[in-house]
Amino acid sequence: MSSEIVDVHAEGEGHGEHETMTRKKIWNVFFVLLGITTVEFIIALYLVPKGIMPGHIANPVYIVLTLFKAFYIVAYFMHLKFEKMGLVLAIIVPILFIIGLILVLTNESHHWIDLRG
Amino acid sequence: MSVAVSQIDEVKSTPWSGGRSPFNVEYGKMMMWFFLLSDAFTFSSLLISYGSLRFSMAAWPGADKVFQSVPGLIEHGAPLVFVGMMTFILIMSSVTMVLAVEAGHRNSKKEVVMWMIFTIIGGFMFLGCQALEWNHLHSEGFWWSAIPQSKEVLQEFFKSGIPYTDQVTSAHAFANLFFTITGFHGFHVFTGVIINIIITVNVLMGTYEKRGSYLMVEKVGLYWHFVDLVWVFVFTFFYLV
Repeated sequence: MSSEIVDVHAEGEGHGEHETMTRKKIWNVFFVLLGITTVEFIIALYLVPKGIMPGHIANPVYIVLTLFKAFYIVAYFMHLKFEKMGLVLAIIVPILFIIGLILVLTNESHHWIDLRG
Repeated sequence: MSVAVSQIDEVKSTPWSGGRSPFNVEYGKMMMWFFLLSDAFTFSSLLISYGSLRFSMAAWPGADKVFQSVPGLIEHGAPLVFVGMMTFILIMSSVTMVLAVEAGHRNSKKEVVMWMIFTIIGGFMFLGCQALEWNHLHSEGFWWSAIPQSKEVLQEFFKSGIPYTDQVTSAHAFANLFFTITGFHGFHVFTGVIINIIITVNVLMGTYEKRGSYLMVEKVGLYWHFVDLVWVFVFTFFYLV
């Protein structure tokens, strides 16, 4: 009972879960990020100027690719993927609201053109 | 049943019964996460206002026209090259930061110091690049509440056929937003570099070795990754979209 001391620190650090982010995996994620960024540059410097991809397709593509990069950074570099679901949701759900706000306001702003004098 | 005397280190049954962190994470780390969430809201509001202003205008300076140079090396014709370098530098510094954290898990003090120093160098390089970019734009006539005076210079940044008044309005908005948002981000990079320096000094002094944990490196690592993350979004919104 009282003699059972729970070492809260050891639990808090969770040495086991951290082992999942090895050096190999770190470099893997780096190459994924590099790859996604390269694709974005190819679109921006080649596909769009040459007219192969129209601007209104390229923009959502950029945003989706950026969200992928964000996911990789948050999940692996910031380790959120390996945390308890409670913390994951506490961070992710508000971010989903932010993304919702981005979409709503970008859409809304198209109507503002008509309002301008 | 528990004894009459309260045992704060008694094993409780569920994560939320008290006496432990329900997220199984140290207090400082959780607080860093929530601080970063609040900072994400701040940056999001800036970027959302950029997006909504921009798409509410008939015209907008083309990023590939404004950002044509590598300051000090190439004056024109190298669209997005410089910002590509900046993005690469910052992502690299994020990688070195993760490697520092990983070395901390193995309690390898020397490696932690090495990777932290690389991260700090990356941070300074990014700041230097951002300063060069600012200086270049400023020399062209852009600043808070300022745009290039000459009509010909301004026309370069737009597609043909845009009325001059539209160019002026949008160029003003562009300049204000650019310097404000990249400035706010650069401020975060700067404070991040300072914090990284302080932590590196602590590592060198053996503070965390004595403590038995390099968790502090992990916590400042979270801040650094956040800075990188924000840049990824700023880069997308200003330079790509």
